[in-house]
Amino acid sequence: MSLFNFFKRRSSAPIARDRLQILLAYERSGRGPSDLLFVLREEILAVVGRHVEINPERVSVQMDRGDKVSILEVEIEVPNTVRAAPGRGRKRRAALRPA
Amino acid sequence: MAKVIVVTSGKGGVGKTTSTAALGAALAQFGQNVVVIDFDVGLRNLDLVMGAERRVVYDFINVTQGVAKLSQALIRDKRLDRLALLPASQTRDKDALTEEGVQSVITALRKTFDWVICDSPAGIERGATLAMRFADEAIIVTNPEVSSVRDSDRIIGILDAKTVRAERGERVAKHLLVTRYDQARAARGEMLTIEDVLEILSTPLLGIVPESQEVLRASNLGAPVTFNNANSGPARAYFDAARRLMGEDVEMTIPADKQGLFGKLFGRRAA
Repeated sequence: MSLFNFFKRRSSAPIARDRLQILLAYERSGRGPSDLLFVLREEILAVVGRHVEINPERVSVQMDRGDKVSILEVEIEVPNTVRAAPGRGRKRRAALRPA
Repeated sequence: MAKVIVVTSGKGGVGKTTSTAALGAALAQFGQNVVVIDFDVGLRNLDLVMGAERRVVYDFINVTQGVAKLSQALIRDKRLDRLALLPASQTRDKDALTEEGVQSVITALRKTFDWVICDSPAGIERGATLAMRFADEAIIVTNPEVSSVRDSDRIIGILDAKTVRAERGERVAKHLLVTRYDQARAARGEMLTIEDVLEILSTPLLGIVPESQEVLRASNLGAPVTFNNANSGPARAYFDAARRLMGEDVEMTIPADKQGLFGKLFGRRAA
């Protein structure tokens, strides 16, 4: 190990600080939206459920985070029962792009 | 007006029990009536750190289940009777502690003590959430180390969501207690500095407890560090923190252990 490495090795605290700042910024941002997704899921279920029969187990609400836009993807499986229009496929997909 | 304080951290082994014992003792040494409660059902240790392990007859769960009266379960400290301990159960299932049980005990303790200090178990499970549930204020114990700081951040989020005060839209006052701090290593860039930790957690500082042999020595002997060696660095840090809790304005320092001439000549003493 060179002398340079010996001195360089000592300052690990700034690396710890930077790693924590990045990690916690991510984890804190995760806190709000995970609640948001829960609320969205419940409200979307209530609205869709008024018009078609749905199985709450077969609903997925996801948020894909991108640099410029994030995509909210709502996937609701609608069984082909009396009230659902026939021949339209099993799934209806809605994608919203928040500004 | 009694204050209920939770001592919490998320991560284990950072000094919650040591700090509960030392701050409880320090407040009592300043003339306050203090009760410390161990919430770590199944893994109680506050009794051992305070040197009362052989005096435990009834515990917290016995009281909540009506097996014993609160006065029977409380252990008065032999060195200072203004300080009392309510031990956790060592044998029961941790689910034996209920929210209603905890509430009734804390409500009763509020009437006779100035300070009710709840020593939280590690983790974010039931024991930890019950320990913080009725708290007016929280002390977050943090080591200057990445996993401890991360867990503290998580616990701060939970304090803002799951306490009765938070649910009522009120504030749980939060204080950061940095323990096992080594100023020399921080100065050399080997350890997160106090400024780093404060910047990351954005929580007001209650005190800085230096890394010290005196903490292990005190727990070996079953005495809060403020009783065992009141002049040691950690003891002085805890005394200052206790005065800040009481609302005094105390200059923030990092008290170091003072070595006498004997200590300097002969090095470490056996604990």
